Amino acid sequence: MSASDLTAVALTASLASITTLLLLLVGTPLAWWLSRTGSALKPALEAVTALPLVLPPTVLGFYLLILLSPSAPLGGLWVRLTGEALTFSFSGLVVASVLYSLPFMVQPLQSAFESVGRAPVEAAASLGAGPLDAFFSVVVPLSGRGFLTAAVLTFAHTIGEFGVVLMVGGNIPGSTRVVSIAIFEHVETLDYAAAHALSAGMVVFSFVVLTVVYTINRRLPVHVG
Amino acid sequence: MSADELSLRVEVRHPGFTLSVSEALPLDGVTALFGPSGSGKSTLLRAIAGFERPASGRIACGESLWFDDQQRVDVPAHRRAVGYMFQDGRLFTHLDVAGNLRYPQRRRRDRQSGWDRDAVVAALDLEPLLERRVASLSGGERQRVALGRTLLSRPRLLLLDEPLAALDRNRKAEILPYLARLQRQFRLPTLFVSHDVDEVAQLADNVLVLAGGRVQTRGTTAAIVERLDLQPITGRFEAGVLVEGVVLDHDARLHLTHVDLAGDRLSMPLIAHVPPGERIRIRIRARDVSLATEVPRAISIRNILPGTLEALVTEPETGFAEALIGLRGTRIRARLTIAAVEDLALAPGAQVFALVKSVSFETGG
Repeated sequence: MSASDLTAVALTASLASITTLLLLLVGTPLAWWLSRTGSALKPALEAVTALPLVLPPTVLGFYLLILLSPSAPLGGLWVRLTGEALTFSFSGLVVASVLYSLPFMVQPLQSAFESVGRAPVEAAASLGAGPLDAFFSVVVPLSGRGFLTAAVLTFAHTIGEFGVVLMVGGNIPGSTRVVSIAIFEHVETLDYAAAHALSAGMVVFSFVVLTVVYTINRRLPVHVG
Repeated sequence: MSADELSLRVEVRHPGFTLSVSEALPLDGVTALFGPSGSGKSTLLRAIAGFERPASGRIACGESLWFDDQQRVDVPAHRRAVGYMFQDGRLFTHLDVAGNLRYPQRRRRDRQSGWDRDAVVAALDLEPLLERRVASLSGGERQRVALGRTLLSRPRLLLLDEPLAALDRNRKAEILPYLARLQRQFRLPTLFVSHDVDEVAQLADNVLVLAGGRVQTRGTTAAIVERLDLQPITGRFEAGVLVEGVVLDHDARLHLTHVDLAGDRLSMPLIAHVPPGERIRIRIRARDVSLATEVPRAISIRNILPGTLEALVTEPETGFAEALIGLRGTRIRARLTIAAVEDLALAPGAQVFALVKSVSFETGG
């Protein structure tokens, strides 16, 4: 495998890791709120969360390109703060991935929180635990499978993204040239050997990760009342 | 407002159901919230605990104000000094038994009430369970652990939400003595929700009868259980009375215990673990009491108590009638056929002999 392909692999892994971490921080409170609220806003927010599932990546990429460009308010603010543009940069890819993979984090967590239900939280409250305390001491441990599933799906889905990256990040080695883009480029230039090496690697990696997840999921103790 | 009262003015509205209660309950002993399912007893308990927000009203436990819609006070559940024991225990399945008991200890509200972990573990026989996983516990063991966990949160008021409902008859018999012992040992004011009049009879000192979201009546347990007119609410309750007696002595050879029943002497199956002089609660079912108008001779029944027939109520659409008989210092009930009532010409005021076939020991102390 060429040095530039290895760079692409490393870049992809770090993009997926950062995206997963950020989504754990952002997606957990959102999923918790969605699982508890009786608000009239809930269906609208659920729909927004699920949009990346149904929209073509090009649509998402197009609007992100506009939103993140240095001439737009958000992109301009970022330029003033960091001196760099969000478009065609690694930071811009992270922003795009967080939005693109949002449903893969939020939906498993929301259903895990819903299946934990109110009962253990009430029990914790009756024993003197405040809401945040009850969340970390009871809800999180009881939602172990949900967190595992959400994190793995987010990570894997981020690795697999292509359209949004192409629109927002382009193809800059070491900065935005992720594995899926590298494969596309190898195919375009008819370098099938290099395309095979990366593609087969993706297949094996995905298979191994999913097998591990399913194995752990089966071994985790089932928490029933 | 008094320091030792739970003062309740609660209105909770659910679709098709309104709970409206205004009562002051003593913060002392066990008070049962009794009524058929759907009568609002659990809703009331949840409002007291802070799990359910009343539409309006005021809840104060002694000096602490927990809820007042006019003053915009709504203390969150975790800051109310209540211990809530759920029907299904709600133990944390990701912790073992010891972990469940530790949970409230690390979050203890700053009250210096007297009991510690060792006392609770000993009172509930939890020692052999400490290492066990929650999933491996039986229903009765689970409720014992849940009770222990609740006590270790050092509540000022204990709320029991049908703690026995999920258990079968044998498990109930296993856990009832613990609940009764607990009352004696920890002296914790308790509100106890139940739709089972047997449980109420065994555990409660006072009863608040709820139906359709309103308080129907309240009184001492003995008085409520005795009331014939509450039977539509008490349901298929095996009619009878609860009476208090004092253990006189034990006869190990005949396997009998003699009890003083407010002036009458009663013999019952041996309860050797209760020392003479202790007060006990005895249940006498109406169907176990027959009446005679003169002292019967050559009869196997040992307990023959003279008394006066005070009231007679005919059960609608059955061949039976219920009689209330005044003894020397207490009353018991008898279930008779209408045919017998007519044959013996029984009427209020008649001098009778109550033949008590069997009595059951409920709780000591």
